Amino acid sequence: MADTVTLDLVSPEKLLLSDAYEMVVVPGAEGDFAVMAGHTPITSTLRPGVIAIYEGDAEKDRIFVNGGFVQVADDKMTVLAEEAIHVADLDRKDLEQRIQDASEDIEDAKDDETQRKAQENKDHLEQLLEAMA
Amino acid sequence: MANLKELKNRITSVTSTQKITKAMKMVAAAKLRHAEEAANAARPYAERMEGMMVSLAAGLEGREGPRLLQGNGSDQRHLLIVATGERGLCGGFNSSIAKAAAQKADRLIAEGKDVKILCVGKKGHDALKRRFKNQIIDMVDLSGSRKISFADAQPIATRALSMFDNDEFDVCTIFYAKFVSVLTQEVTAQQLIPASIPEKAEGEESEIDYDYEPEEEEILADLLPRNISVQVYKALLENSASEQGARMSAMDNATRNAGDMIEKLTLQYNRERQAAITSELIEIISGAEAL
Repeated sequence: MADTVTLDLVSPEKLLLSDAYEMVVVPGAEGDFAVMAGHTPITSTLRPGVIAIYEGDAEKDRIFVNGGFVQVADDKMTVLAEEAIHVADLDRKDLEQRIQDASEDIEDAKDDETQRKAQENKDHLEQLLEAMA
Repeated sequence: MANLKELKNRITSVTSTQKITKAMKMVAAAKLRHAEEAANAARPYAERMEGMMVSLAAGLEGREGPRLLQGNGSDQRHLLIVATGERGLCGGFNSSIAKAAAQKADRLIAEGKDVKILCVGKKGHDALKRRFKNQIIDMVDLSGSRKISFADAQPIATRALSMFDNDEFDVCTIFYAKFVSVLTQEVTAQQLIPASIPEKAEGEESEIDYDYEPEEEEILADLLPRNISVQVYKALLENSASEQGARMSAMDNATRNAGDMIEKLTLQYNRERQAAITSELIEIISGAEAL
């Protein structure tokens, strides 16, 4: 067994994940980067995207995060994300339907505020869909 | 005889009150458990974010930081966010938060400073609206959401941030009750803007030299607004746990008082009843003797 890094994934509402992995790829603001044991200490912002967890050569898990922060030090990494969803839990059909609904909401919106909210919702869903691809 | 009937009515009414307070106590106990769990679950995020902020702020080393961290150099205009509950019947919970906020507001006004108040929760608004009619800018009603979620905290934080960006205040403080135990809740005033960075304890692992991607300033500019939301969220969670705790002990007291009262009334009722029987007997006997 190779050396591992401990990944703590926390959202404001709870600690989602805390386990040791061989390699974790995170969507950094200036490009994706992989974290393995012995990585140099780094603090970075994340853009919306997918955190990929690797065990050996195989991809073990994919988690979508809606932006956030990552800090790595001493083989420990902490990801702060306001929202995190397992990609496996996403359903393409359902998502497409929801995007459809959101687009309709945007058209139906009566004032700027609701329109802005609907747009945000749609953008968010589209990011999720992209993450699945 | 009318007295007996009256007593009996009172006993019935106190008994039903006791039933209600007992039920409320049990509901509060169940809610308290959930609220405490939520508060505990939220703690890691807040702690890690604080840790990140401390290390970033230390990394700045005297360089000019964002305004959210260092303030805009003035403390003339204050925004007080007063977070209270939506319901009463929870002992001194709402009033002690409102009192602390009112004291602070009075002091600031006496010092000749501008005060604005943003109420979160109906009860605080009710307590403050008379005295600070001109200072209260708005009231956020959370009675619609049964469980506090991050989405409830975000609009409050966004509002405070946009006010800060529009240069409407210099310092922002949030008032809430920190949950210590079921019996004790501590009214806390926490400064949100400029962010209060806890002093690093001596000899802590502060030596790690992080790479930053992008620059420290940019990360901070992203992190600080989020930190405000997290702090507001934390305050709301602590508050809801405190509210349930306060309600639980208040209702426990009420139930006990009702029990005492029932006992007293029952004793009195029985005495009256016996007295009535005795006097009736005397009447009958003396009536018979007279014949």
